[in-house]
Amino acid sequence: MEFALSEDQRMLQDSLKGVLSEAASLDKVRKIAAGDAAALAALDTALEEFGLAALMVPETFGGLGLGALDACLVQEQLGYFIAPSRFLATAVSADLLGRHGNAHLPGLASSEVKVGLALTELFSRRDGAGLKVSGGKLTGKSLLALSAEGATHLLTSDEAGGLHLVEALGALAVMKTIDRTRTFHEVTFKDAPSALKAPAEDRLIALARLLVAADTLGAAQAMIDKAVAYAAERQQFGRVIGSFQAVKHMCAEMAAKLEPGRALIWHAAHALDTSDAEGPVMANLAKSYLAEAGTFIARTATEVHGGMGFTDLVGLHYWYKRIGVNRQLFGSPEQARESAAQLQGFAA
Amino acid sequence: MKLDLDPEYEAFRADVVEILSTNAHLAPGPEDKGYKNPKRIAWQKLLIRNGLAARTIPKEYGGYGAEPDILKARIIAAEFARTRIQGPMSGQGIAMLVPTLLELGTEEQKQAYIRPTIEGEMIWCQGYSEPGAGSDLAALRTAAVEDGDHYVINGSKIWTSTAKQADMIFCLVRTDPTAKKHEGITYITFPMTTPGIEIRPLVDMTGTANFNEVFFTDVRVPKSGVIYAPNKGWQVANATLTHERGMLGDPNATKARFLELVTLMKSESVNGQRLIDNPMLRDRLIKLQSEVYAMQANGLRIMTSRLKSESPGLAGLIVKLNGCDLNHEIARLAIDALGELGILYEEGEHLRSEGSWQWRYMYDLGLIIGGGTAQIQKNIIAERGLGMPREPKLAKA
Repeated sequence: MEFALSEDQRMLQDSLKGVLSEAASLDKVRKIAAGDAAALAALDTALEEFGLAALMVPETFGGLGLGALDACLVQEQLGYFIAPSRFLATAVSADLLGRHGNAHLPGLASSEVKVGLALTELFSRRDGAGLKVSGGKLTGKSLLALSAEGATHLLTSDEAGGLHLVEALGALAVMKTIDRTRTFHEVTFKDAPSALKAPAEDRLIALARLLVAADTLGAAQAMIDKAVAYAAERQQFGRVIGSFQAVKHMCAEMAAKLEPGRALIWHAAHALDTSDAEGPVMANLAKSYLAEAGTFIARTATEVHGGMGFTDLVGLHYWYKRIGVNRQLFGSPEQARESAAQLQGFAA
Repeated sequence: MKLDLDPEYEAFRADVVEILSTNAHLAPGPEDKGYKNPKRIAWQKLLIRNGLAARTIPKEYGGYGAEPDILKARIIAAEFARTRIQGPMSGQGIAMLVPTLLELGTEEQKQAYIRPTIEGEMIWCQGYSEPGAGSDLAALRTAAVEDGDHYVINGSKIWTSTAKQADMIFCLVRTDPTAKKHEGITYITFPMTTPGIEIRPLVDMTGTANFNEVFFTDVRVPKSGVIYAPNKGWQVANATLTHERGMLGDPNATKARFLELVTLMKSESVNGQRLIDNPMLRDRLIKLQSEVYAMQANGLRIMTSRLKSESPGLAGLIVKLNGCDLNHEIARLAIDALGELGILYEEGEHLRSEGSWQWRYMYDLGLIIGGGTAQIQKNIIAERGLGMPREPKLAKA
C-alpha cells in the first residue's frame, strides 16, 4: 500500500513547473489576458511540445495513456501559474473518446484536433438554451463553452444528457467573465452533425469537476505561498507582520483547509483511474471541498496582503478570479454535493 | 499510488480474523465495565499473547515482541472496528508512559511498570497541567524539594483524568526554581496512595466529572521515581506529548461518527419526511462528508510517510486541529437535524441516540481546547509547517 505520488509523477510536476515559470510568468499571463495573441501562441506551443494534449489519449491511439491522477497533477500546476490552457477540455475529451475508441483520438494527441467543452446544459440549463437532436443533427445553444476558441470540435450534450462530438462550425459569441485567463463563449448550433454519440454518464462531469478542483488546489496553494512570503517581508509596528498571531493564524487556517484537499484529489483521481465505483462520488466531494477551501483562501490570502492585495500591482486578483470562476464551473458546490448525494442514493 | 495490500498482509489479516472469531466468546461486553475488571484483564492478556495488543513491546517486559509494522497495526485496528469486538486497553499509562519508559526509563523501571501497565493491572494518571500552566506548560510551579533520598512535593495539578482509579501518577514538578523555565523541570512517577494527595472531581459542562484536580501537600516520594534525570523533565515530556497528539483527531473514528449521522438522518422523520430528504440538511451532510473523506485521505498520506520513515509535514500537523473541529461539526449537524428533540439530554422517552450527540457537542469542544488548544495548533502549523517567524519574546521588565 502506498498513497503517494510516484517518482515519475513528481518529475512530471517539476518539469511542467519549469516550463510554466517561464512561459506563464505573471507578466506573460497579463499580456495574454489583455489579448496578446503572440504570447498565447508561445504558451500553447510550449505546452504542446511538453505533450499535454497527448496525456490522456490511450497509447494505442498515439497518446501517453496516463490517467486522471496525472491529469490532476498537470491541472494543479496550470492553476498554480493561472496559465491559460486548453488542457482541461482536452483531458476530459480524451477520457471520453478513449472509452469509445473514437477516430479523432490520434488527432487529439497531435493537437490537430482541438476540442472545446459546451457542457453547461448537462447540469444547469437556462430557458432558451440546450440542444435538440433531429435526424442525427444538433440545433440549439450552449452557454459558457470552455476553450471553444480555436477548437476544431466541441463536446456537447443533448436534452436527454446524451453526449456528442460536433465540428466547431457554430457561431461563437464571447461571454466575458471576471477571469481573463480563460475564454468562455455562447455557441449556437444549427443542424450540426454528431461525430460521436455516447450515452449519458456520471464520469464525464465527475472528471471535469475533479480537474477544476485540481486547478483550484494549485491556485490556492500559490495564494498561500504568496501570503506567507509577503508576511515574512512586510513590516509594521517594527516587526514583520508574519510574527503577529493574527496574521499567522490566518495562514495556518489556509494551510489546514487546503492540505487535506490535496489528498482528497489524489484519492478521487486514483478511484477514477481504477474504476472504483466510489470514483464519481469522491470527485464531486473534491469539487465541493476545493470550492469552499478555495473561496476561503482567495479571500484570506488577499487580506494578508492588506491594501496591496486589492491592487492590480501584485496581480493577486488573477488567482482570486480564477478560483471564483472555478467555484461555479461545471456546477456550483451545492450542485456537486447534490450529485454526490444522488450517486450514493441519499437524494430522491 | 497503490491502495491494496500485499499478499503477506492479506495473510496477516486472515490470521487476525481467525484469532478474533475463535476467541470472540471470551471478549468482554458492555456489561463488563470499569478498570481492573477480571474479564477485561483476562481478555487483554489473551490479546497480548496473540499479538493483538502490546504488539511491539519487548517480550521481557510482558509484550508480544514484534517488530513495529504500521500496516499490521492498522489491520488489527480495522478488524476490531469491523467486528465490534472489544479492542485492546488504552489509557495514558499504555499510550504515554510505556513508550516513554521504553525510550528513557532504567531497566529497573521498565521491569517494575511495563508488564502490569499493559496487562491492565496498574492504572496511571498524568500530572502535567496546572491552574497557572496550561498552554504555557513549562511555567508549571508544583515544587519538589530534595530531602535526602526523597523529594517533598507541594502544589496542584488540573485536568487529571482517571486520578481516582489510578495506582500511579507520572508527573512534572519543578526541582530547580532558579533555572530557566524549561530546564528546572523533572519527570517523576509515584504511587497515588502516598500521604498528602487529595483528589477533587472537576465537573465539566457535560454534567459529569471527566477530569479531576489533584492537590499535593508535603507529599514525600522516593527519588528512584525520576525518569531519565533530574531537571531533564521537559525533554522526557516532549517525547510523551508526541504520543498524545497522535491520539486526537483520528480520521477513522470521525468516519464512524459520520456514518452514525447518516444512519440517524435516514431513520428519523419530521413531518413525514426523512431528515436526509430535507435538501438543506442533506447539503450540510455532504459538505461534512467531503471533509471526512479529505481527512481520511490525508490519513493515508500520513501513513505512507510513516511507512517510508519520512516526516508527514503539514499533513501531520493539521490532524488535531481539523479532526477535533470536524467531530464537533458532525455533532452540531446531528443536533440541528433533530431540531426540537435535539435539545433532550440524559434520559427520557423521546431521547435519540441516548443523548450522545449533545454530549459529543460539549465533550468535543473540550477536545478542541485540550491536548494543545486550537490556537496553539495554529501557531505550530504556521511556525513548523509554513516556516513563519515566532512571536518575539517580551523584554524582561
